[in-house]
Amino acid sequence: MSQPKVIFRDYPAQEGLRSDRSAGDRARHRQKVRKAIRENIADIVAEQPIIGRSGDTIIKIPVRGIKEYRFVYGKGKGTGTGDGDTEEGQVVQKAGEKKQGAQPGEGGDDEGEDYYETEIMLDELVDIMFEDLELPDMERRKMRETLSERTLRRAGTQRAGNPATLDKKKTLKTLIKRRIAGGTIGSEDPASMRREDLRYRRRKPKTRFESNAAIICIMDTSGSMDTMKKYLARSFFFLLFQFVRTRYRSVEVAFIAHHTQAKEVSEHEFFHKGESGGTKISSGYQKALDIISERYHPDVWNLYAFHGSDGDNFTEDNETMLKCANELCDVCNLFGYGEIRPWGSGLVDVFERNLDADNFKAVKINEKDDVWPAFQALLSKEKLRHALREEEDADAG
Amino acid sequence: MPGNEVPFRPDETAWTMADLQRWNEKILRIVDDIGLNCFTQEFEVCDHEQMLGYMAYHGMPAHYPHWSFGKSFERQKTLYDLQLSGLPYEMVINSDPSVAYLMRGNSLCLQILTMAHVYGHNDFFKNNFTFRHTDPTNVLNRVKVHGNRIRDYMADPSIGVDKVERILDACHALSLQVTRNPSVKRHTRAQQEANITAEFARNRKGQDSEIHDKVLSGVLDEPLLEDEEDLLLLVRDRAPDLSEWERDIVNIVREDSLYFLPQIETKTINEGWASFWHHQIMNALDLPHGIHMEFLVRHHQVIRPHPGGMNPYHIGFMTWRKIAKEHLGIDDKDDDGGPLPLTTADAAHVREEMFKVREVDRDVSFLRRFLDEKLMRELDLFEYGPNRQGDLVVSHVSDDSGWKDVKATLIANMGMGGVPVIKGHKIDARAGDRLTLKHEVDEVAGEVRELEPDNCRHTMEHMYALWRRPMELMTTVDDKEVLYLCDEDGFRILD
Repeated sequence: MSQPKVIFRDYPAQEGLRSDRSAGDRARHRQKVRKAIRENIADIVAEQPIIGRSGDTIIKIPVRGIKEYRFVYGKGKGTGTGDGDTEEGQVVQKAGEKKQGAQPGEGGDDEGEDYYETEIMLDELVDIMFEDLELPDMERRKMRETLSERTLRRAGTQRAGNPATLDKKKTLKTLIKRRIAGGTIGSEDPASMRREDLRYRRRKPKTRFESNAAIICIMDTSGSMDTMKKYLARSFFFLLFQFVRTRYRSVEVAFIAHHTQAKEVSEHEFFHKGESGGTKISSGYQKALDIISERYHPDVWNLYAFHGSDGDNFTEDNETMLKCANELCDVCNLFGYGEIRPWGSGLVDVFERNLDADNFKAVKINEKDDVWPAFQALLSKEKLRHALREEEDADAG
Repeated sequence: MPGNEVPFRPDETAWTMADLQRWNEKILRIVDDIGLNCFTQEFEVCDHEQMLGYMAYHGMPAHYPHWSFGKSFERQKTLYDLQLSGLPYEMVINSDPSVAYLMRGNSLCLQILTMAHVYGHNDFFKNNFTFRHTDPTNVLNRVKVHGNRIRDYMADPSIGVDKVERILDACHALSLQVTRNPSVKRHTRAQQEANITAEFARNRKGQDSEIHDKVLSGVLDEPLLEDEEDLLLLVRDRAPDLSEWERDIVNIVREDSLYFLPQIETKTINEGWASFWHHQIMNALDLPHGIHMEFLVRHHQVIRPHPGGMNPYHIGFMTWRKIAKEHLGIDDKDDDGGPLPLTTADAAHVREEMFKVREVDRDVSFLRRFLDEKLMRELDLFEYGPNRQGDLVVSHVSDDSGWKDVKATLIANMGMGGVPVIKGHKIDARAGDRLTLKHEVDEVAGEVRELEPDNCRHTMEHMYALWRRPMELMTTVDDKEVLYLCDEDGFRILD
């Protein structure tokens, strides 16, 4: 037998000769992943620990939407190698778990399984979440602009100033003009310069107006709000915050916890502290109104208020509660009430019968899966309201 | 070769092309002593991104584009970045000349090991009968021409990327539903008609000739005379509404599939063969101590058992070793796991025996012939199945009473045995070319193997994107016959 011929090809020294053939297919795949994420957003919001993370957090999301299907057998008999003393009846794999000892990527055994995790930045995820909602730009009232950034811009020259800002060209021009005007050009010593010739660059502060927004998170922390309910409320607040954040340059958040009394708390306390006792929702609303009048004047701030509760309120408080809710609707862009696993009949009906503001929405959240649809329902209110306003504007015009 | 989760990173990564060539010369001398019969071999040095790319395209960068290759790339990359799997050290293409890639960052030991391993594959590709129809001389060019045609369709403003992708998605869903044995000659239509006419004549038994002729001509009018297991071929030749470019794509995917099928059918025997010979070659190379120590670690990583799973390198290596030892007359108790004396003159007959096996066997026949009770006990092969709670539980082990069952199940799931057989059964021209598909229901270990319904549904929908006329599939669910339907109203089930 003769030896085969062999050819060696070295790694190309120039980068241009190394092709990246897969770039296009990777991009196309990436598009599909994005689409799959968009389609599974409700699951992701329900399952992923994304709340309270910063925008550059990298999270892993299982992607199920881009499976490649084939005719395959369902779960049946298979074979494997053991460690030498395998016995009948031994469990190889518990239901729902990965086979013990199997290497990721080895595959072959689990034909049915074909989803994998993709990594994505939280910010990108939030973009994907909101890009498909077809939301109008949120309404911003013209008055609600504040000075948000200080920069300087050039505004001509001035006669006095810091030597560092001397405008040499302009100074020379002034000097020449003065000599022509005085008829001394040519006779005077060219180097003689008078104080009155000096020109300095002038700078003016530039004001950029930005719409600012504040989110008032109100949560019932009475004894009936358990961890799960708080978790659901938290998911909702998270979405609201992320959504508002994509539309305003600066967003402030205030947290109000209430049972029969309300107080402003830190974010940590808001989500972790439990209280006991009864519930007076109006206390929370009143606190919100107080904070708004102290810090977030409605002329300057776009306000979003959201209240999470299990709807367990003292009946005698309902009237005050509705009154305060009405006031909140007057000052806020949007006011939402989310009822989480209500005790008894809850308050959604009470709100819907008695509160007629077009920027109010009451939603029900019973399971993790409800969070995203509820959020969409809340935003649909914003959409509707936007459309109504456009109509009004058209009528007025 | 799969790597290990613990990356081995020795210092000896510094090597030059001259080193590779020098070691290659030494390897070739041993390859020659053994008598491996190889195509011309090309080795190309690449970086790890390129390696991932080659792997995504089965080694063929000119391959037509499709997002699934991007998916495959990302998946491999994730595993690599997480160091869950060291990159496979080898990527060999079944072509003439054979092409293999050597990864730049690998140690000298790994390069030598890869080269030794590659010659085993090269020899296998060239000599195993399963690969006879793969036309290795032209494959690279063919893949390139196919790639260019598909790129042209994508660039054509009247077609475009989306439509091409839709057809490719559908074809990929059917890509394993092709002729399983391309060396079996297909009957032409005329032969099929002649067979049926002859059979009718045999069974006539005094039937009135007018009726006989009428029935016969009715049968001969059927568009499908025999069941067709090659669904891509069925679509290509029979789908009523495909345009020319669509038919072309179906054909391209089918040719691709037929080229890759032998690799699915010979995974264990081929990896075993390459691992067996790299083990022999490396031991005969007189490696410096450090390189030899690293080789021992690497070799173990490659052929170690995957507990609960099946590592084809492991099972293949052990089976080939058993064959060699039997012919050499070496007892297990005299075997220290080291290299076997195979290059001596009086071992020539043993090599000949082994060459015969590597020529005529594929996984199913190889294991059927050589996987015996003793070896199965040694490998601790077992059979498992789901219990009522959905846990997978060991149902048989390789003992006196169980080894035959374990072996039967293993062989039934080997290679294309794990892919359900779905045949085109009937095309009803009077019902708007309604297509009837039949799942050939079989039993493994006394249990009917049924189709996974979710996959079944989506695969039928993919096929409907090509057939575009009503389709039905006959199969069983929980031992009861059912009919899956797919038409313009979508997919549904008739019990």
